Amino acid sequence: MICYFLALVLFVMGLYCLVAKKNIIKKIIGVTITEYSINLFLILIGYRRGGIAPITLRGMDPGEVAAKGVDPLPQALVLTSIVIGLGVLALMVAMCLRLYEKYKTFDMSEINRLRG
Amino acid sequence: MQGFYPLFTAIPLGMAFINLLMAKISKKVADYIAFIATGVLAVMAVRMLFEPVFVYKVGGWPPPWGILLVSDGLSSLLLVVINVIGFLAIIFSTKYMTTYTAKPKYYTLFLLMIAGMNGVVITGDMFNMYVFLEIASIASYALVGFGCEKEELEASFKYLILGGVASTAILFGIAFLYSMTGTLNMPDLAQQIEILGMNKALGFVIALFIMGFGLKASSVPFHAWLPDAHPSAPAPISAMLSGVLIKALGVYSIARIMFHIFGPEPMISSILMFLGALSMVVGVFMAVGQSDVKRMLAYHSISQMGYVTIGLGLGLNPNVDPAVAALGLFGGLYHLVNHASFKSLLFLCSGSFEYRTNTRNKYEMGGLIRRMPITSTTCSIASLSISGVPPFNGFWSKLIIIIAFLKAGYPLYGAIAVLVAFMTLISFVRLQKDVIFGTLPEKFREVKEAPLLMTLPLIILAVLCLALGVAYPFVDQAMLQAAKDTLLDKMAYMSLLTGG
Repeated sequence: MICYFLALVLFVMGLYCLVAKKNIIKKIIGVTITEYSINLFLILIGYRRGGIAPITLRGMDPGEVAAKGVDPLPQALVLTSIVIGLGVLALMVAMCLRLYEKYKTFDMSEINRLRG
Repeated sequence: MQGFYPLFTAIPLGMAFINLLMAKISKKVADYIAFIATGVLAVMAVRMLFEPVFVYKVGGWPPPWGILLVSDGLSSLLLVVINVIGFLAIIFSTKYMTTYTAKPKYYTLFLLMIAGMNGVVITGDMFNMYVFLEIASIASYALVGFGCEKEELEASFKYLILGGVASTAILFGIAFLYSMTGTLNMPDLAQQIEILGMNKALGFVIALFIMGFGLKASSVPFHAWLPDAHPSAPAPISAMLSGVLIKALGVYSIARIMFHIFGPEPMISSILMFLGALSMVVGVFMAVGQSDVKRMLAYHSISQMGYVTIGLGLGLNPNVDPAVAALGLFGGLYHLVNHASFKSLLFLCSGSFEYRTNTRNKYEMGGLIRRMPITSTTCSIASLSISGVPPFNGFWSKLIIIIAFLKAGYPLYGAIAVLVAFMTLISFVRLQKDVIFGTLPEKFREVKEAPLLMTLPLIILAVLCLALGVAYPFVDQAMLQAAKDTLLDKMAYMSLLTGG
């Protein structure tokens, strides 16, 4: 139970970083932290204390794997989600570089040409 | 046709990368590749309207384990909207995008966005839906910032951060659902939730989904990115974002999940109706006093999407008469199709004006009907449609929604809908006075009509606006009734697991 709570704390920390910080690099770090907290949460769903890898080796009883193995699906989901996260991160950093070229600052409060 | 169903994502995904490779050899090919790919998709999508409901099992795996692709009334309706508007936007782009550099890259991103949206609409698996949603979103973030000027980069970055939060919330909700039910297959999820009944954890999931998909659909408390992002994109992309993307990613997902997975529930219904009414009012009041034409149109998008959301909300209410709830839902779906036609037309018109006059400020324009008759006439038709003047399509859908709310015993929401329709009318009458009629400024004396490739999509969309209003009985039977019946029949969706 405490693990789930820690994942939630990480999520809230990421959100705080996203909302409170003005530096766009720090905002990007905030988005990444929230993403990772969700990945952690997904992995924790599939975790089982004293579990074994969900692979049936030669001579193993399939029933034993089904009874003791961890759930493999969340791991597959997390792999996909990490790859998507990488794509978004790359785009965010590229945008951030372009923003710096145009505005010569990383401060979000100075990047405010759009309003109303 | 059933065996070809995955091609709706495979064609644009494949062509997007072939396009980039071919661009190394010849830059001209990119136009043709994008044109042919979207043209084929549009024809296939129209063809799908006449197919019965079926399920495609990816890789031949049986349902609870494998990924399902579902074709029913609702997904066919959205496929037609996405692919037809996409095709027209591509035709418009061939001339319009010559003002930008790196055209092949633009087409690649455009096709990726189409692939993502088609994927969201046809899939029957929660995680698959998330992946396609991210493909479409990432492509749209890049397209918003395509011009690489100061405003565009800022809008794109804002959209990126808020979109990232929305995706995180959606993934969180999916993880929660998986931990409760142990499945990601949507018909299977519906069955498991039917057994579980409503509890606090499910309430949390609903809140996460309304936040996540609400951000994608830009309902009012989550709307901050839209008025920046939609005007900053190139005109065909604004048309795609406002006309299609917020519907396919936001409203479609909300409808599919709330109707088919959670089922009719008074709590969800009242939240959606409240958000819809709020979006309608806030959007239309913010639109007043905008001098940038595209920014004003973006605020009207928020307001018009409120009509769709409020219609869906009434459809979800189990306490009102089922016939009235069905009427509200029907009005919402009808307005969704209508909004796709007239809002993309308005954005393409604004692009056409901008192409010739190099300004988006409506106070600098005026009297353009004398120099650009086709663009001005189509813009006028779209304005009449959005402000709900009979016989154009916007009138009928708004009328149906208002009647449904009065019959259901929500006179306040009905009155809000009437008020917002009136405000929209005022706003667009002023737009026409400033841009189309009035005195022609000295510097626009020599302006010419936009080239044929840009006016052709405008004419087609204007005809659609009129046809959707006048040829109402045909549309009613072929597209909308099927979509409405699909949404209201949760049992049929759950039975897709075993049948098909």
